[in-house]
Amino acid sequence: MTFLQTVWLVTRKDILIEARSREIFFTTLFFAVSCVLVFAFGFVREGKPVEDAAAGILWIAIAFSGTLALGRAFERERQSETLRALLIAPISRPALYVGKLVGVLMLLAVVELIVVPLVAVMFQAALFEHALLMLGLLVTGTIGFCAVGTLFAAMLVRARSRDVLLPVLLYPITIPVIIAGVRGTAALLQADVDLPMARAWLSMLVFFDVMFITLALWTFEPVMTE
Amino acid sequence: MDFTSLTFTDVSKNFQRRRALNKVSLRCEAGEIVALLGPNGAGKSTLLSITATLLEPSSGEVRYGDRLARSSGPELRGRIGLLGHDLYLYPELTAEENLQFFGRVYRLPDLSNRIEAALARAQLTDRRGDLVSGFSRGMRQRLALERALLHQPRLALLDEPFTGLDDAATAALRRRLATLRETGTIVLLTTHDLETIDGLIDRAVLLHNGRLVAIESGEGSLRDRYRRLTAVGT
Repeated sequence: MTFLQTVWLVTRKDILIEARSREIFFTTLFFAVSCVLVFAFGFVREGKPVEDAAAGILWIAIAFSGTLALGRAFERERQSETLRALLIAPISRPALYVGKLVGVLMLLAVVELIVVPLVAVMFQAALFEHALLMLGLLVTGTIGFCAVGTLFAAMLVRARSRDVLLPVLLYPITIPVIIAGVRGTAALLQADVDLPMARAWLSMLVFFDVMFITLALWTFEPVMTE
Repeated sequence: MDFTSLTFTDVSKNFQRRRALNKVSLRCEAGEIVALLGPNGAGKSTLLSITATLLEPSSGEVRYGDRLARSSGPELRGRIGLLGHDLYLYPELTAEENLQFFGRVYRLPDLSNRIEAALARAQLTDRRGDLVSGFSRGMRQRLALERALLHQPRLALLDEPFTGLDDAATAALRRRLATLRETGTIVLLTTHDLETIDGLIDRAVLLHNGRLVAIESGEGSLRDRYRRLTAVGT
């Protein structure tokens, strides 16, 4: 079976399960929307948002809801130990990693479709003015965050305190991704839009994505053999 | 790749300071049903996990024919069927979808006919479209067994396969195991239902405190011989 066929099989299975239960989608969306609303009360005064707040809040909402989605996506594989069945199947284990990663990314993409306009409205942020660059930052930032998160969530699937350990391990390593996302978005939202700066942060995110995905593909097989 | 024997040589496994397996050596041949017995926590599931390539032994080696797991990769994994205690089924998928998914993962030819036959053996043909979450333990167990054997593995590793089965399903599983022996499958199973497997298995071995001891065929039932050995062991 080719690498891509395996990726698609795993992703399609995750989408089918999620379409049936909608459990991760609704909890992730609820969490992200709550996050934005709470910050909106804190950072919007007399109808005026604090400068650069929108960029930070958008990425916090993505990171927090992404952590929730990553944990739940692997919790499903843990409940009936289906991850073990996949690990002994004659498929490429890196393809299994990519399949899980794509599933989480698709879910977060749908959540972002709702959260980004919400942030734009609540913080009067011009997130769609340079839509292509913004889309690039969102896509690369989410990929970088989830690339590390999927690896850690898989590693922690059998750990007793996995819910606590996932953010503890994930955030320090993905800080560069979150910072690049925030600064790149802020460069697009400031009064004097700094396009070269936004492109520089986007390039950095592409670099992080390549580095994190390469490392994850390289380490997934050994870390999954207990 | 294919193989006709499974050989453990001085396999040990440590979890930090606890030794789960202590220099286990065993050889199983094609067409043999070997029961791995022992009290809870004896290391039976650990040995099955090592055999399934999910765990690496701390020392010693497991050979599938003349090959090691490390050098064989996915090809070897495709010849192993594992029924775990946790059944390895997606509760949010139907019985048929579970078999379809794993059949595709194993790239099985003639998949629809295999699924039909598997559902019939599991007596779930009329429940094929029902979500597994609505099944009883016995129904899940029957489906999980068919999932594990869908690709006709050379090596079947069955952890407590009789759990939750009623008398009819137990008799069906005994017949299925006998068929597996005829087709040259190496069956390594763990169970506490000694009366159920007495007369069916070819050999039984006892894992006690991480060590493996052969249960010799002799006078008395399997349960009696098992009790004698565990009494000596303790």
